[in-house]
Amino acid sequence: MSLELRQVSKNVDGETYIYPTDLRLEAGVFNILLGTTLSGKTTLMQLMAGLEKPTSGEIWFNGENVTSMPVQTRNVSMVYQQFINYPNMTVFENIASPLRVAKMQNSDIKNRVGKIAEILQISQMLDRRPSELSGGQQQRVAMARALVKDSHLILFDEPLANLDFKLREELRDELPRIFSERNSVVVYATTEPSEALLFGGKTATMFEGKVTQFGDTGEVYRQPNSLKTAQVFSEPPLNTAIVHKIGDVFKISDDVSWPVGQKYAQIPDGEYTVGIRPHHVYPHRMSDSNIAIEGVVQVAELSGSESMIHFRTMGNSWVSLSHGVHVYAAQEKTTLFADVANCFYFDANRKLITA
Amino acid sequence: MNKTVNQKAWFLVLPVLLLVAFNAIIPLMTVVNYSVQETFGDNNFFWAGVLWFEEILRSERFHASLGRQLFFTFSILAIEIPLGVIIALAMPRKGVWVSVCLVLMAMPLLIPWNVVGAMWNIFALPDIGLLGNMLNGMGIDYNFTRQPVAAWATLLAMDVWHWTSLVVLLAYAGLVSIPDAYYQAAKIDGASSWAIFRYIQLPKMKRVLTIAILLRFMDSFNIYTEPFVLTGGGPGNSTTLLSIDLVKIALGQFDLGPAAAMSLIYFLVILLLSWVFYTLMMRNEE
Amino acid sequence: MAKITLSNLRHSYMADPKDDADWALKKLDLEWEDGGAYALLGPSGCGKTTLLNIISGLLTASHGQILFDDEDVSLLPPDKRHIAQVFQFPVVYDTMTVYDNLAFPLRNRGIDEATVDSRVREVAEMTDLTSMLGRRASKLTADGKQKISLGRGMVRTDVNAILFDEPLTVIDPHLKFQLRSKLKELHDRVKRTMIYVTHDQTEALTFADKVVVMNMGEVVQIGTPVELFESPQHTFVGHFIGSPGMNVIPCEVHDGQAHLSGQRLETSNKADAGTTHAEIGIRPEFVTFSDQGLPAQVLKVSDTGRFNIVETNCAGNKIKLLLDEGSPIPSENAKIKFDAASTRIYVDGWLSGSEHRHE
Repeated sequence: MSLELRQVSKNVDGETYIYPTDLRLEAGVFNILLGTTLSGKTTLMQLMAGLEKPTSGEIWFNGENVTSMPVQTRNVSMVYQQFINYPNMTVFENIASPLRVAKMQNSDIKNRVGKIAEILQISQMLDRRPSELSGGQQQRVAMARALVKDSHLILFDEPLANLDFKLREELRDELPRIFSERNSVVVYATTEPSEALLFGGKTATMFEGKVTQFGDTGEVYRQPNSLKTAQVFSEPPLNTAIVHKIGDVFKISDDVSWPVGQKYAQIPDGEYTVGIRPHHVYPHRMSDSNIAIEGVVQVAELSGSESMIHFRTMGNSWVSLSHGVHVYAAQEKTTLFADVANCFYFDANRKLITA
Repeated sequence: MNKTVNQKAWFLVLPVLLLVAFNAIIPLMTVVNYSVQETFGDNNFFWAGVLWFEEILRSERFHASLGRQLFFTFSILAIEIPLGVIIALAMPRKGVWVSVCLVLMAMPLLIPWNVVGAMWNIFALPDIGLLGNMLNGMGIDYNFTRQPVAAWATLLAMDVWHWTSLVVLLAYAGLVSIPDAYYQAAKIDGASSWAIFRYIQLPKMKRVLTIAILLRFMDSFNIYTEPFVLTGGGPGNSTTLLSIDLVKIALGQFDLGPAAAMSLIYFLVILLLSWVFYTLMMRNEE
Repeated sequence: MAKITLSNLRHSYMADPKDDADWALKKLDLEWEDGGAYALLGPSGCGKTTLLNIISGLLTASHGQILFDDEDVSLLPPDKRHIAQVFQFPVVYDTMTVYDNLAFPLRNRGIDEATVDSRVREVAEMTDLTSMLGRRASKLTADGKQKISLGRGMVRTDVNAILFDEPLTVIDPHLKFQLRSKLKELHDRVKRTMIYVTHDQTEALTFADKVVVMNMGEVVQIGTPVELFESPQHTFVGHFIGSPGMNVIPCEVHDGQAHLSGQRLETSNKADAGTTHAEIGIRPEFVTFSDQGLPAQVLKVSDTGRFNIVETNCAGNKIKLLLDEGSPIPSENAKIKFDAASTRIYVDGWLSGSEHRHE
């Protein structure tokens, strides 16, 4: 099964919500939409589902143009950030509701609900009402309802955002397993890069109504095609600086420069933007490819095993995320080490230099 | 941008347009029609232009009933809105008493308007009515069928009794929608009860109070049944409100032209004042 | 400014609690130093919000005392306790400007306008609200409103503590990070006692000098982030803190030594004599692939960008490893090794050999 967007766009009252977008999503992998709030993830999902009509472009499902097909006839399921269940029905009836609409036999319904409840570990709760369940269990019920019918397209709109941290971890572990055997196109919207990475599959990064890149999740993360993609796909935020290539050195300032090296030897001299992920900036020199950077610490956040150091350097706010506990006082002057072997260079159009 | 233009949507609005036409626009146009013609009741009509409008606007009788109407409306607003808010504030927010209070409050609203008028008429009768008898027994000379002041007091009391509940229910709905955190924050900030009312409760009730004021304003301007049953506009003309006067002219004297002109003026006054109210109250919103 | 002492504190929402489960908050003794940054961490329903409300005075505990310095405030109402609180959902006075919002707690206390003005401007500068002082508070975004809530607490000089009840819940994810470090920075700057309630371990660990971990109405461990990470006193703490949490593996005990599938394991503590069944706790960070060790089968590798989380099956137990980006992962005949100093024996959930409460 496959879902294809062909030059799909959406304008509302003269404002562009989605710029013309091409996207081809397949069954069998997790398709992730990654972007901040208001980047257009929800609108794009509504277009995919048929809840919204595209302003232009076509939507094809399995080689069939479904652009003008209403959502009721498309066989779509959706799970939202809020736990949406029927409050006056038992968990069983909640899960069974799509099957009742489809006028399925009672015995079949029982069978199916039982199976899906087992997969989502809510078999013990089928007689209860949603209000008697915890948040995590309520969301499991909502998911079960979305999964119980054989939907061709299953959409998740930040389903874990309202859950406790540990519950999120648990469901993140389970979700890919549940979907690996299904023959449906699965789309999952999230704001968190770490969540996208954990699910693997394919990721489309979104920024202000545009899909900036689409590909295998690991590839998008390690080879972002543009500065925007790298920023969307970095948590904590990507550290950036303006760098000048002059002959065989990259130079940020008189104090901070490093050799260009073989890989980028062929690119023309001029101004570039360098991006370094926070976990490639260390409090101590780790290798020969580290360059020293002077900074003033704003605040150091220590978790039990890691340190996140926020500091100002070269007119920018940078973050370093490293193993171990490193204590700094606010306003302390310090030297940190950036690994230039692990950085990205972007040209004047903010495109990745792939030389 | 290849935006598709589709005019079919207009057909979907058609049923509503027809419905509105039948129950509002056509009757209104009939009234407009009457208001610019002279008739002697035998289906002969003569063009009268704006004659009736001029006559009504100059007529002292109209001025007097409009004055009485405005006095009535502003009096009941001045009483019902603060009283409704105070009662709503005093009502419990949680527990079994909530539903008891709500049912008690809803009761007056369920009684048909003419019954309310009849009830109060009997209730206030100076000789056998509970209220009238009691007041006279206390040495207060009270007779609403003869004294204009007593008639007005009874009229206002009746309206307050009948409609304050509406304000209470709306204000209460506004109050219970305020999350606990607001009260907690205010306590922590050391706010007095007055400050809590002024900066939390009142702003959060603003929308529902706007609705309450508009509803009460329009309803009270249209009020007819209750004062008609209670006082019939008397004694003399002292409680003759606009609506009562209008019916007197239209049906009592069968002056269709002036009555139609008056209706339109009446309608425009309500529209204008509602608009003024609404803009005043919403002005601070942005 | 004061030291906060909770002494013998207990709370139940029921009139006559009998069962253990009837207590929303079980017996609690705690001391919080003046000027510290503390966190209450635990899953939904663990009693952390109950405790917070008892401290702020919105709730009166059914048993025990709260002392600010040496004054018993157990029965005082919130406004007499000089506490400020930032709620989960932003609370601002909609009709007032940002300036008036910040000034509100001072004006309520009859402070003269000159002092009010200088305090408000100082706090606005710290919370980056200076440019918005004249704006209507209702017009700000959620993070701006939370800054106002915080500012209303900071503006007072008589505040004993500022309490935070999951303050980042409604903040956009990409702004959470900024506001979180802003809170930490402000604490470093003003050194007020701050108590932060959350279910999010990252928020708790990065914000607090000392974290109180709670579960089912009970304090499980109090410690610095490093202590909680390196030596969890209970398997719950090991699981709850760290992502992924600590591996907890059932084991056999012979002569106080842990054995896993017949092999003896080096551990940093010993089990009491007579113990036969226990659990091993080892964090994924301290498990490595090695030439020697327990045979394990790699089930799944999740790439988190910075790390690989490797899930293995070792004699029927699921054991997770956390490996740096780029570390080799054997495809077959894998063997895993536990770092002895970070391997601990837990009996009935509690760290063996430590002092803990059994009730």
